[in-house]
Amino acid sequence: MTTETQYPDYRAKLKCSFEQIEECFDDYIQDALRNLTNKGIEAYLSGASLICMIGRGWEPVSIYLEEMPQMVARLHDEAILEVVSKHVWDMSRSPNGKAIPPFMQCLPEASRRLGTMEQMENFFDILFDMLDKTTTSVHGHHKTHSSQGFPILLQQIPYLLNQLSLEGLKNWIDYGVRNYRSHPERQKDYFALQSADSKAMLQRERHGTLFMDNERLLDMYLRSMWEDESYFVPYSEGFDELRKPVPYYDHLGIRVPDVYDDKNGVSGLNRYRITIAHIAAHRKWTTPIIADNFSPFQRMAIEFLEDSRVEYLMLREYPGLKKYLLALHPAPIEGDCDTEKESCIRHRVAMLSRAILDENHGYQNEHILDFVERFYEIVKKDGGSTKQMADIAVLFIARTRLQSDQLPSIRFDNTVVDYRDDNRHMWMFIEEGDEEEAFEDHRDATPEELETDGLPPRHYPEWDYHTQTFKPDWVSLYESIHPSANAGDIDAILDKHKALAKQLKHILDMLKPQQFVRVRYQEEGSELDLDVAIRSLIDYKCGAQPDPRINMSHKHDGRDIAVMLLLDLSASLNDIPDGAEQSILQLSQEAVTLLAWTIDQLGDKFAIAGFHSDTRHNVRYYHLKGYSEQFDDTVKGRLAAMEAGFSTRMGSAIRHAGHYLDAQKADKKLMLILTDGEPSDIDVEDEQYLISDTKKAVDELSSRGMFSYCISLDKKADDYIQDIFGVGGYTVIDNVKKLPEKLPMLFTALTS
Amino acid sequence: MTDIDIEQYKISEEPFYEAQDDEVALYEAAYDARLPVMIKGPTGCGKSRFIEHMAWKLGKPLITVACNEDMTASDLVGRYLLDANGTRWLDGPLTTAARIGAICYLDEIVEARQDTTVVIHPLTDHRRTLPLDKKGELIDAHPDFQLVISYNPGYQSLMKDLKQSTKQRFTGLDFDYPDSKTEAAIVAKEGSIDEDTAGKLVKIAHTARNLKGHGLDEGISTRLLVYAANLINKGIAPKKACRMALVRPITDDADIRSTLDHSIDSIFA
Repeated sequence: MTTETQYPDYRAKLKCSFEQIEECFDDYIQDALRNLTNKGIEAYLSGASLICMIGRGWEPVSIYLEEMPQMVARLHDEAILEVVSKHVWDMSRSPNGKAIPPFMQCLPEASRRLGTMEQMENFFDILFDMLDKTTTSVHGHHKTHSSQGFPILLQQIPYLLNQLSLEGLKNWIDYGVRNYRSHPERQKDYFALQSADSKAMLQRERHGTLFMDNERLLDMYLRSMWEDESYFVPYSEGFDELRKPVPYYDHLGIRVPDVYDDKNGVSGLNRYRITIAHIAAHRKWTTPIIADNFSPFQRMAIEFLEDSRVEYLMLREYPGLKKYLLALHPAPIEGDCDTEKESCIRHRVAMLSRAILDENHGYQNEHILDFVERFYEIVKKDGGSTKQMADIAVLFIARTRLQSDQLPSIRFDNTVVDYRDDNRHMWMFIEEGDEEEAFEDHRDATPEELETDGLPPRHYPEWDYHTQTFKPDWVSLYESIHPSANAGDIDAILDKHKALAKQLKHILDMLKPQQFVRVRYQEEGSELDLDVAIRSLIDYKCGAQPDPRINMSHKHDGRDIAVMLLLDLSASLNDIPDGAEQSILQLSQEAVTLLAWTIDQLGDKFAIAGFHSDTRHNVRYYHLKGYSEQFDDTVKGRLAAMEAGFSTRMGSAIRHAGHYLDAQKADKKLMLILTDGEPSDIDVEDEQYLISDTKKAVDELSSRGMFSYCISLDKKADDYIQDIFGVGGYTVIDNVKKLPEKLPMLFTALTS
Repeated sequence: MTDIDIEQYKISEEPFYEAQDDEVALYEAAYDARLPVMIKGPTGCGKSRFIEHMAWKLGKPLITVACNEDMTASDLVGRYLLDANGTRWLDGPLTTAARIGAICYLDEIVEARQDTTVVIHPLTDHRRTLPLDKKGELIDAHPDFQLVISYNPGYQSLMKDLKQSTKQRFTGLDFDYPDSKTEAAIVAKEGSIDEDTAGKLVKIAHTARNLKGHGLDEGISTRLLVYAANLINKGIAPKKACRMALVRPITDDADIRSTLDHSIDSIFA
C-alpha cells in the first residue's frame, strides 16, 4: 500500500524508496517544517538520502527522519544534520556497519543530555576515537575486524551519560580501550558494564561527591558532633533501577550512598552530613516500638513524625542545619494531589512533615495546622518520645482518613525525603513472618568452611602512568611459606665461604662497637668542649652572661635497623652466566646465605622473602624468614629450597614487603631488593608500565620513611634502574660470580 | 638576701576563677600541711589561673617558672655570675621562693630535663631544704614556701614523663575542662559576652574535643574560647571569630578544619 504524499516536492528530493518511509513521510516532513529552516530541510533530506544509500535497510533512515528535527530543535544548530549523516556514511564504509542502528538510537538521548552542538561534537570525537582504536586488522594496515565493544558501548550510552560527565565518559572509555584493545571478549564485558573493573572505573569517574573521598571527614563529623561511632558502608544507587536503596543503619553500620550530587544548592558533602546527622539523631533519641499493632499507613505516619521529632531535636542543638533541611525536604504543593484518582496518604503526611519543618509553609488545611500545633506542644516540653509520636500519628491518620487512601496508585511525587533513612531500627516485631523462619534460621547452623590452603589473596593497586592514576585492587598477591629442604646445604655454603666469612667477621667487629656520638652543650660532661669554653670566656670578658654549658659527653649511637631482603625468584635466575659454573639462582643463594649470616651477626632485625608472578592474578610471595624468626635450621631449610620460575611483577611484591617492614619499630628501615632483570610480566606488553609502577611502589616506601636499595645483576640495567630507584639507590653487579662476597660487603657499607 | 622585693610577687587583684569542684578546699588543706601539689590537665583548662587565684586567696607571693627543655638545674637554683669585682652568686627562682616563702609554680614540668627535676626533691619531702652545692650553702625553706608543679598528660610520650621518684613526692589534683554550664559562665564572664553565645562556643569546643586522638592532639581549650569571645566582643561576627580563634590555631588538617567549620555553621545559624 502506498500513501499519496501531500508534499511531492520534498518527496522528490528524498532519494529513497522504502515502503515504510512512504507511510510516515508526511508526519516527518511536518515535524521538519516546524523545526527547520529551508536550508535545514535541504540538508535534512539530502542527509536522509545519503543514509538510504548505505544499504542498511529502512531502519536507519526512518530513525534519522523521525529524530533529527527534534534534535535540531534541542541543539539549536542545524549542522547536526550533516554531521550525523556523514558519520553514518563513514561507518557504512568500514567493517562497523552493524553499529549504525544502535548509533542512531543513542543519539536522541545523547542530545537531550548534552544539549549543545559543541558537546555533541566532543561526544562524537570520543565515540569515533574509540571505534577507530578498537577496529583491528589481522594483516597489514587495512581495518578488517569490526569493533567488538562499540555496539555494546552505544547501548550503554544513555545510562553512561546519566552517570558521567563527558570527561568522565572519555576517561572510562579510554581505560577500556587501553586495557582491552586486544581482548575482544573482555572488551565486550567492559563496555557492557559487566566486569568488576568497569564498574569500579565508572564509580571513580562519576560526577558528584564520592563517599570514598570523604570517609574520614564523615567519620570525624559523626564523632565530633554526635559523639557517636559506627562503620559506614556505602551502597551504590547506580545499578538498582527499580527499587532505589535508601540509607539505613543496623548493628553492622550505617549505609550511605556511594555518591551524592549537589542538590538544591546543598553540596554533596553537606548532603552526606545531613544524612548522617539524621541517622545519628535517630540513634540518640529514638526508642524502638512494637510494630505489630499498627497498619502500614499508621506506620508510615509514625515514621514521618518520628523523623520530624528527631530533626526538631537536632535543630535545637544545631540550628545552622535548618537551611540544609529546608533545601532538601520536598515541599508538596497543597491540592496537588487529586483525592478522586489517587491515594494522597503520602502527600498528606509529607505536607505535615514539611509544615513542621518550615514555619512559612503556607498550608491552609486545618488538620495539618492542628497537628503541627499538637506536635510542637509535645516536643517543646521535653522533646517527646517515639511513643507519643505514634499516638498523634495514629490520630492524624484517623482524622484525615479518606476512602481514596486505599487506591493502588499512591502519589509519590514530592514526598520522598531522600536524606532520611528507612527507619527499620524503630520497629520491633513480635511475630516473625513465615518466610523468615523458612530461610534464615538454618543458615547459621553450618558456618562456611574456610579454605585452609594458604592465606586469602591480598589485593594491591597498580600505577598506570598513562592516566597517572592507580588501578584499584589490580593485583592479587598470595603469600605462603616457602617449602623447605635440607638445611645442611646452607651450612655447607657457609663452610665453603669460610675464608670470606672470616674477612667479613673482621669488618663486623669494627662495626659492632658502634661509634660514639658527641653530645655538646653539657653543663657537666666528660670533657671540656673547647669551642664553647672559649666562647664563654669571651662573653665573660665582655661582661655578658657566659654560657655555663662548656662540657661535652659521649653516648652510644644504638644501631637500630630493620632490613627486608626481597628476592626476585623469576625464571631467568636459572640461567648460567657466561664464564660461571653455577646458575644465578645458586649464586644468589650463596649471597643471601652470607648476607643473612652477616646481618644475624650484627644483630639487626631482618626478614627474607621471595616473589615471582604469573600475570596480575597470581603474584606469589614466599616467606623465607620473618622478623621474629631466628636464622636457624628452619630458615636455612627454606633458603636451601629456593627455586626460580615465572615473571617479575615487582611493584606489588615491594608493596607487600613494605607493609611488613613498616610495622617494624626501628630508626632506619631498609629494603634490599635483589633482582636479575627489569620488572616484567606476561600479561603486560608495555615495558614502561611495570617500570613506572615499581617506581611508584619505591616512592611509596620512601614516603613512609623506608629506604630501598636494589642490587641488580642485569648488565643492561642502566637503562631503567635509575628511573626506578633513583640516583644512589642501586648497584649493578656485573660480575655475578662475585655476588656472594659483594652482597654482605655492600650491606655493611650501606648501614655503617 | 633580704633585699628581695616580696611585693612584686604578690597578686594584688583577685584573678577570676570559677571553682569546678572542691579543688579550692583541697588546695587549702594541702597548703596548710605544706604538701607539694601537682596539677594535671589539658592545656588552657585553667591550671595556672587556679594557682594565681589560690596565691591571691592565701595572700602569698607566687613565683612562676615556665619550664623548657633547655632548662638546667642552675636555671632553677641559681649560679655564679662574673662581674667587675669577681664573681657574684645570683639566686634562681626556686631559691628565691624558698628564701622568701613564696609559692613556686613550675609550669609544664615535663618539658624540663629529667636531671633538672631532681633538684626539687629535697624541697619536697620532710627535709624542706635546698642544698646549693656550688655555693656550699644549705637553705632551709621558709615556713610559707610551697612547691606546685603542673603538667599536661596529653603530651605524655615515652620520652616525656616524670620519674616515679618525682611523682611520688606530690599530691595531685586533676583538672579538666569544666562542664558545659560552668564553662559557658566562665567564657561569658572572661570574654564579656552573653551566656547564650558563650554556650554555643562551648558546644563548638565539645565537637572538637570529641576528635581528640582522632587527628587532633588536643581539643579547643577554655582559653581559646575566651579568645573567641574577646573577638566577638570587638564586633567580629561569631562565625569568623570562631574560625580565627578556635579552628585555625589548633589544626592544619584540612579534613578536621572542614568538620569544625561545618560545626560552627551548624551551631551559629
